[in-house]
Amino acid sequence: MNSIVCISQVPDTESRIKIAADGKKIDEAGLKFIVSPYDEFALEEAIRLKEAGGGDVTVITFGPDRASQALRECLARGATKAMHIKGDSSDADSLGIARVLAAAIKSVPFDLVFLGKQGVGTDNSLVGPMLAELLDLPQLNVVTHLEIGDGKLTAHREIEGAEEILESSLPAVITAQKGLNEPRYSSLKGIMAAKKIAIETKSVGDLGLNDADIFNQRVKVVSMDLPAEKSVGRKIDGSDPAAAAKEILRYIREEAKAL
Amino acid sequence: MADVLVVCESKDGKLKKSSKEALSIGAKLAASLSGKLVAFSAGGGAGELAAETGKYGAAKLVAMTEASLDRYSTEAACAAVKAVVDEVKPAVLLFSATSNGRDLAPRVGARLGVGVASDVTALEISGGKLRARRPNYSGRVVVTVEIDGAPAIATCRPNAFPIEERGGAASEVSEMAAPSTQPRAVLIETKMPEAGELSIAEADIIVSGGRGLKEAANFSYIRDLAHAINGAVGASRATVDAGWIDHQHQVGQTGRVVSPNLYIAAGISGAIQHLAGMSSSKHIVAINKDAESPIFRIADLGVVGDLFTILPALTEEVKKAKEHH
Ligand SMILES: Cc1cc2nc3c(=O)[nH]c(=O)nc-3n(C[C@H](O)[C@H](O)[C@H](O)COP(=O)(O)OP(=O)(O)OC[C@H]3O[C@@H](n4cnc5c(N)ncnc54)[C@H](O)[C@@H]3O)c2cc1C
Ligand SMILES: Nc1ncnc2c1ncn2[C@@H]1O[C@H](COP(=O)(O)O)[C@@H](O)[C@H]1O
Repeated sequence: MNSIVCISQVPDTESRIKIAADGKKIDEAGLKFIVSPYDEFALEEAIRLKEAGGGDVTVITFGPDRASQALRECLARGATKAMHIKGDSSDADSLGIARVLAAAIKSVPFDLVFLGKQGVGTDNSLVGPMLAELLDLPQLNVVTHLEIGDGKLTAHREIEGAEEILESSLPAVITAQKGLNEPRYSSLKGIMAAKKIAIETKSVGDLGLNDADIFNQRVKVVSMDLPAEKSVGRKIDGSDPAAAAKEILRYIREEAKAL
Repeated sequence: MADVLVVCESKDGKLKKSSKEALSIGAKLAASLSGKLVAFSAGGGAGELAAETGKYGAAKLVAMTEASLDRYSTEAACAAVKAVVDEVKPAVLLFSATSNGRDLAPRVGARLGVGVASDVTALEISGGKLRARRPNYSGRVVVTVEIDGAPAIATCRPNAFPIEERGGAASEVSEMAAPSTQPRAVLIETKMPEAGELSIAEADIIVSGGRGLKEAANFSYIRDLAHAINGAVGASRATVDAGWIDHQHQVGQTGRVVSPNLYIAAGISGAIQHLAGMSSSKHIVAINKDAESPIFRIADLGVVGDLFTILPALTEEVKKAKEHH
């Protein structure tokens, strides 16, 4: 089983986010970058399939120079190959990113393509289904459980208050949700082994793509703002439970107009 | 020709609430574009939604009534929406940011070669173009984007857009045949949770519990209030990780993003990743024994006290209030 895992590098979720001087991007100065948390579930699943039945796990990212660090981390956890498409992915929209990934994937044999259900931070949840469409493959989205059979797979998908069970032929595109597995940490042995693996580096041009197609900004950022400050609410003493309950109920009925 | 097309979802022959919201904002956008609002629905009962879609302003309802479309399939739905877009040629195409809307919209976007803005909380037409607002980085910044493309696509976050009835006549129904497809991924089974349990995804009221509950069995304090008040049960990640409750209930960055009318948080400290999932709730009540807890910074009504005494008292008050109705 050969798998491809698309990895996005994002600011650490604990980061203090500042808006850059142009008012359209975040200021990257001083930010720590990590593998997007859902991509860790995607990677773990691919590594487990490789451990069970052999094959390659190729991690691919489209991003600036710093993104190679994310690929190193994935190699240390057990990915076997890595490809870095260099470019400022923050200037591309989701369809542009999906086009880059689709072109990069063409040269790699695979049975499954894994992504995270969303890149944490920008929270678009777009690249997975877009990539599936560009590759003309079935998609299994927000997957919490996966079983691979002979030429087909069974996936559990989380929907509003319920769970769906789907079957699909292979190859297919899968987006990972929390719960799919428990991702491992990298070991020292893994980190050393990863150092021996070369990361294949390409530009958007090497993939035969036009910049205009990738960076044409179908979805263009007009401005980034801090959210409107919420006016500070009221705080009451709850040491008398009955009185507190009455005040909460009054609030619920009169102000929230619920009930 | 600047029409707005809304892909609707229905259940038991009725529009889902999220679709009423998408139609309501769609009607506003159509007015700004001097175009009309067109609804699309697929599945056996699709044609019978005309009275409802009309009420929310849709002049026309495109219906694909093949029963094969009753069960959602990404590939079949994508082909269907593509066919309707080719026919209607809308300037704006809206979906709800429900599980299926989020699954379908990007696939349709890629098929049409146009951009998609997902999970948006506000939409307007500015200079003839569709503009959307969406929170980023756990709500720490709000991004305004302009969507180019014919059509411009957006998915609307449930509960973010008010439902507005326009008192219109039933939509004119136009039946269309579904394009034939051979989906490779097919839905085999839907597993429903215990009967009567409301999902947090679209609930108007959510009662959430955190580690302050101390143990799994104490989620009964949350369930009792949720039941009395007709709300859904939410949870912090700490309680989900501890195995006290299923992940379906988790609110936050790695759970669901919700924006109910009323969110009651009990025994939840208010970590940034939790706030990311609920800070856009319209009314927030927090109960926590620690007066310095960060949850109080976003609560409209903060109650400093013990959840084990306040929640039962509140549940009783709610029950009494309902009896008087
Ligand atoms: C990448 C990442 C993603 C995450 N995603 C999420 C997410 O999606 N959702 C999420 O919730 N968290 C998420 N977290 C975890 C988050 O950082 C917090 O650890 C978590 O929200 C804490 O849960 P809690 O508020 O229930 O527990 P605690 O922080 O332990 O708070 C318990 C609270 O209960 C109060 N309390 C105790 N006893 C009582 C009592 N008797 N009466 C009243 N109050 C009482 C305490 O004062 C305290 O404030 C994420 C973390 C990371 C790193
Ligand atoms: N620049 C990128 N390079 C590689 N994979 C990406 C990139 N951006 C997004 N992805 C993948 O697409 C998933 C969904 O991202 P998004 O649509 O941005 O929320 C991520 O979890 C990654 O698996």
